[in-house]
Amino acid sequence: MTRFAIPLVFFIVLVAFLAIGLRHDPHEVPSPLINKAAPAFQLPQLKDPSRGFSAQDMRGKVWLLNVWASWCVTCRDEHPFLLQYARSGALPIYGLNYKDKREDALSWLGELGDPYVLSAADTDGRVGIDYGVYGAPETYLIDREGIIRFKQVGPVTPDIWQEKILPLAQQLNK
Amino acid sequence: MKQMIQLSKQSGIAVAGLIILFAGAYNLIAKEAQPSAADPVLEERVMKLSRELRCLVCQNETLADSRADLAEDLRNQIREQMKAGKTDKEIITYLTDRYGTFVLYRPPVDPTTYLLWFGPFVLLLAGLLLLFRYVKRRSSVIAEAPLSVDERRRAEALLASESGKETA
Repeated sequence: MTRFAIPLVFFIVLVAFLAIGLRHDPHEVPSPLINKAAPAFQLPQLKDPSRGFSAQDMRGKVWLLNVWASWCVTCRDEHPFLLQYARSGALPIYGLNYKDKREDALSWLGELGDPYVLSAADTDGRVGIDYGVYGAPETYLIDREGIIRFKQVGPVTPDIWQEKILPLAQQLNK
Repeated sequence: MKQMIQLSKQSGIAVAGLIILFAGAYNLIAKEAQPSAADPVLEERVMKLSRELRCLVCQNETLADSRADLAEDLRNQIREQMKAGKTDKEIITYLTDRYGTFVLYRPPVDPTTYLLWFGPFVLLLAGLLLLFRYVKRRSSVIAEAPLSVDERRRAEALLASESGKETA
């Protein structure tokens, strides 16, 4: 009996490890920026480059910073959801247009709709590096003191919006 | 004989010509491939550090090998910071502040990596312990029972016949 029990136990343990491994997304790298101050930046606005936008302008507000680009395929999937979230009025969503051409970005917004209060143009991707961006879309939830409280790599799906971002935002808004 | 020398001279010139031609072509290609090798010492330093760092887009490649856009941007960052006189350590801190220790191919020893660093030794110890217990248990199972009188006689007879054969 034990002759079979021991290999069976090993097998079950192995299967358990593999099953856990399957559920982990290797692209989800834990960000060292969580609970740290959002890196400062000063960038021109996408629609009106003569005006600037900086993270410090948002002090006192709980807000979302969504990193997007017209060349980013997953951003296109995420876009209709962002429009929905923006319409709900729960949180102001600001865009960081990452390494994009201005014309492409503007025509994307014209074609698909603009969920953003405004977008900042990070043409050379330097601000993206400061925020540890490695795969758009990425979304940061930033609190009143300018601290990053949550980061989503990949699209903000309705599940993540409902279960993670909204509860956290309500708590931060209290 | 004279003709042959003449011939070899000619072919020698032709070969030399070809070498010059190819070397020229090679130079052209080489120039196209490395636009940023203005300072080979700096470039060597950039590449050396990049080989220690992981590209976050294609995670099994180093920053030096990767052709992803982000990898190029990060290499440019490293180059700029080196030009600005930053040490390798400062640049690594700059990157880990933004991307976490995941960018390092040599993970630091901290609580999140204890399992990674010490797990193999724990497994080794566990294996040794199991082996030790197994051997101990087995040695008691196969403990030698003393030979009976009959067995001893047979063994002696066998030994005697063996040695008899050898001397014969």
